[in-house]
Amino acid sequence: MLHINNLHARINGNEILSGVNLKVQPGEIHAIMGPNGSGKSTLAQVLAGREAYEVTEGEVLYEGKNLLELDPEERAREGVFLAFQYPVEIPGVSNTYFLKAALNSIRKHKGLEELDAVEFLKLIKQRMKIVDMDESLLSRPVNEGFSGGEKKRNEIFHMAVLEPKLAILDETDSGLDIDALRIVADGVNKLRRKDNAVIVVTHYQRLLNYIVPDFVHVLMEGRIVKSGTKELALELEEKGYDWIKVASDSTLATA
Amino acid sequence: MMKQSTEQTPWYQSNFALFEKNLNGESSSRLHAMRMEAMARFTEMGFPTTKHEEWRFTNVSPIARATFQPSFQSDAAGLSSEDVERMSFGATHRLVFVNGHFVKELSSIGPLPGGVIVGDLASALKGNDELAHGSLGKHASIQENAFTALNMAFVQDGAFIYVPHGKVVEDAVSLLFISTGSTHRYIALRNLIIVGDHAQVTIAESYLSLANHGSLTNVVTEITAGENAVIEHDKLQNESPQAYHIASLHVHQKGKSNFISNSIAIGGGLVRNNVTSILDGEYAECTLNGLSVANGMQLIDNHTTIDHAKPNCPSHELYKSVLDGSSRGVFNGKIFVRKDAQKTDAKQTNMTLLLSDEATMDTKPQLEIFADDVKCTHGATVGQLDADQMFYLRSRGIGTTLAADILTFAFASDVVNRVHVDGLRGQLEALVHAKLGKGRER
Repeated sequence: MLHINNLHARINGNEILSGVNLKVQPGEIHAIMGPNGSGKSTLAQVLAGREAYEVTEGEVLYEGKNLLELDPEERAREGVFLAFQYPVEIPGVSNTYFLKAALNSIRKHKGLEELDAVEFLKLIKQRMKIVDMDESLLSRPVNEGFSGGEKKRNEIFHMAVLEPKLAILDETDSGLDIDALRIVADGVNKLRRKDNAVIVVTHYQRLLNYIVPDFVHVLMEGRIVKSGTKELALELEEKGYDWIKVASDSTLATA
Repeated sequence: MMKQSTEQTPWYQSNFALFEKNLNGESSSRLHAMRMEAMARFTEMGFPTTKHEEWRFTNVSPIARATFQPSFQSDAAGLSSEDVERMSFGATHRLVFVNGHFVKELSSIGPLPGGVIVGDLASALKGNDELAHGSLGKHASIQENAFTALNMAFVQDGAFIYVPHGKVVEDAVSLLFISTGSTHRYIALRNLIIVGDHAQVTIAESYLSLANHGSLTNVVTEITAGENAVIEHDKLQNESPQAYHIASLHVHQKGKSNFISNSIAIGGGLVRNNVTSILDGEYAECTLNGLSVANGMQLIDNHTTIDHAKPNCPSHELYKSVLDGSSRGVFNGKIFVRKDAQKTDAKQTNMTLLLSDEATMDTKPQLEIFADDVKCTHGATVGQLDADQMFYLRSRGIGTTLAADILTFAFASDVVNRVHVDGLRGQLEALVHAKLGKGRER
């Protein structure tokens, strides 16, 4: 589904990603962990098409297509979804209107009929339950005045409505208390299908108790330096990241 | 060097005599002296140039160079009640003026509380209404603004609204000013609105053209707000792209009165809106909102003055502009805080969205504070659409055109949403949406 080969990216002349390799198959959940500043969010943003980042080397194939050639909206219409670490406030645009415009843009691209107001309302009422969303958040401007937890929940609600094939969750756990974390994680699990995949970007192992990954990767200094199964996350929780750095440095030295 | 041509008499002088003759004997009235004085004052001042600080960014030489004809009749031909009903958003009370003259047949006034007057100024002046005569020019001085003098010299008609002590007019009063035909008309309008203590009213002025023509509308509105009065004044300027529109709104507020102005400018070629409010009683509150949506060669200039003359008055100001094409916007926001006006709380915000590289905005806050225990804040931003917001919308599948459209409309509707009159707000939304011109489906 997703094939990242030797991806290098920079912003303002600083290289942040220095050769990322990653393969994601349908149905899989991958966790990308790493210390602050290791490039986790950059990877998420580059995959979503943030133009501020310049890709200098490497390629990203998504369902056989060159993802990097697509505009952000084309990626979304092809099924890529980014749950933002810092969801953006859009004053004056209601959450419902925003989602309807997004969903119908995606449906149009797929050659499906656009949903009318009644059908759309029915759909969102149903999807709201997945993340236990308060109905009042529908008519309010997107993310404006939402608490940190409401913003994160809203991201997963958008995901539930747009039904992406590849969802990238960027630090969705940050700022969530344990109850909210469980609700958000439950939502993600309910949306899991054989043909879709999830990349969970996180600093802490905590979220992975609820969204159980098939693979865990450690990103450091712009490269994936170690991959393993969910046990790796527990090990990281216990030992921190330094031991990997030492180990990977020595691997590099001997390579 | 620009020099006024002395070879021929300018239109306002030659037409003034004609105008006086056309007043059907009314020239003997006490108005006559006021008109003569105003004409003399205007002749003395002449049209302002960009050397005047108040007109630095707005060059009115196209007006000074043109020849206008005063409008002597309404010429409402072709307008039906249905037309004007639609234009006045189905308001219960509407006064219709065509080319500066009241048209009774097209107007309609619903039931009003006892003592409330909603009518035309010409009748009130002819009938020697003491209140009308006494209120004319009470707040709008002919001494400083040449256009106010030029308005007074030619004034004939407009709205005359009086809401006595304690009376509440529930439904909004729509004042519809329509210009028709193809000549260069000079339309001078004066609206007098007197609202007593504890009285309430909402008034919506709408300026529309039925044809493309370079008429000059010069309107002065004077509002007196009694103690505890509550007034909303909405204004829609949607004349033709060739039209010149010069307006001054003067508000005098007594203690604990609450005045809200929402000024939406969409049309016109050269538009100047002055809004001045004097907070002349403790705990009076003033809110001035404005939206300009311009494209092509339009120039929309908003000058506001809030004069905090007494203590404990809050004022709020939000002016926004969306400028496309080669259009230009001007905002000048004066706030005076007089020596006595302690505990003043004034907030001014001016935000501009530039949709093209050729559009320009001149913005200038002007705070003059003579009291020491006050809170005054002001901020101005001029910029393009927010990159983070654009990316957020696009990352959810919304294309760039629609995303830009959604964000632009949201920016503009922030002001439109402050209009409390449902029908008018709906009409404004549709007009702003149409002007922004892209396919944002609702």
